[in-house]
Amino acid sequence: MTFLGYKRPNESVGTRNYVGIISTVACANEVADTISRSVQGTAAFMHQQGCCQTPIDIKRVNKVLTGLGSNPNLSSVLLVSLGCESTDVEFVKKGVSATGKRVEIVVIQEIGGASKTVARGLQLSREMVLEASKQERVNCLLSDIVIGLKCGSSDTTSGLAPNPALGIASDRIIFAGGTSILGEVTEFIGAEHLLAGHAKDEKVAQEILELVKRMEDRAKSVGCDIRGGQPTGGNIKGGLTTIEEKSLGAIAKAGSAPIQAIYGYGEAPSVKGLVVMDSPGREPEILTGLAAAGCNVIAFATGRGAPQGFPFVPVIKITGNRTTWDKMREHMDVNVSALMEGKSTLAKESEKIFNEILATVSGKLTKA
Amino acid sequence: MSVDAIMIKESDNVATALIDIEKGETATVAIENVHKKVVVKKKILYGHKFAVRDIAKEEPIIKYGEVMGRATQSIGAGFHAHIHNIESLRGRGDL
Repeated sequence: MTFLGYKRPNESVGTRNYVGIISTVACANEVADTISRSVQGTAAFMHQQGCCQTPIDIKRVNKVLTGLGSNPNLSSVLLVSLGCESTDVEFVKKGVSATGKRVEIVVIQEIGGASKTVARGLQLSREMVLEASKQERVNCLLSDIVIGLKCGSSDTTSGLAPNPALGIASDRIIFAGGTSILGEVTEFIGAEHLLAGHAKDEKVAQEILELVKRMEDRAKSVGCDIRGGQPTGGNIKGGLTTIEEKSLGAIAKAGSAPIQAIYGYGEAPSVKGLVVMDSPGREPEILTGLAAAGCNVIAFATGRGAPQGFPFVPVIKITGNRTTWDKMREHMDVNVSALMEGKSTLAKESEKIFNEILATVSGKLTKA
Repeated sequence: MSVDAIMIKESDNVATALIDIEKGETATVAIENVHKKVVVKKKILYGHKFAVRDIAKEEPIIKYGEVMGRATQSIGAGFHAHIHNIESLRGRGDL
């Protein structure tokens, strides 16, 4: 089985072919946004980081921006810098260039203001989009798929329908040699013993248990009670009572494949198969982490209807809640609510999700 | 037969409603291919849970065959089981 993707110089495969316009600091966001809005074929990444942060945080910003720029869905990258930020822009450029793609930098304080930087950025990004347009989709193997798994705005339908169905679809991608990344360590709490049971060996099992313990201890050490934050108000309205219940439903999306390894936030896996990324579950953080880790597609199960997407990685929305499908259709791609109504089977609904993933990686647009 | 609620494992002591169930109705609860009848004592909204048997105070709440918290008060069969009578046992700092 194959799909149509973009082969990159470093052998990774893109499912999209954007020119990335990446802001290196919050202060450069408007310039990056203006450039991106004016040139079709670009995708802007903006954020609130890059200055007045502790060294450990800046190091993370440098690594995550490098990961994002290296994502195979970007054919080339324009870094938009202010000039005085803490982000190590040269480090990011070097890291992204190592993937073999073209990287350009525009520096607002060097060029002399926002308007001149926009003008220069437009010129560069138009040129890069033209270059990118020459690249064609070619046959790629399912082993080139790196899929991120996410669930959000969950309710009790999430753990009963979309998550288990997504788990089976993820298993199929892994069986074909692909990679699946599971994050959201907060949503392991109460279900970590089951995940540890999936670990390929005792060492990985221990790492999973420690990861969760660290997350739980961190909350406790700052005098925080996870109750009140987890489950969220929306989760509770949807019928979810405790973090344990939410977690037991959430981990179903990991399917039954063995967990091969654990990686840090935004770190690209060096092995195939199912891996865990140490990340929170909050949408902007995990979607960014998955993109930085090199995911070329993300599958996102939702109960109440989460609308979030990502600028250059397609995000497939799957719901098992009929009301959400009816009311939030403009954001939903796959409806597996027949499962909740006993009118379908997990095998059938997971097939639907699998087919949607295949169509998406070959170019079908997602609603997010 | 139409199913009103679902239990994932035989050992579960709560079921999840698949439709809004009115007070006094006899709900058909599916556990894989087996069906069980539970008289619902309070209106249960879609996606919410109810006890499928009497649950004592401090007894673990079981869903997916796993512990998802414990009862803070006794919950009679057919009563709504949610944050008013179930507490989490994790990440709270006082246990």
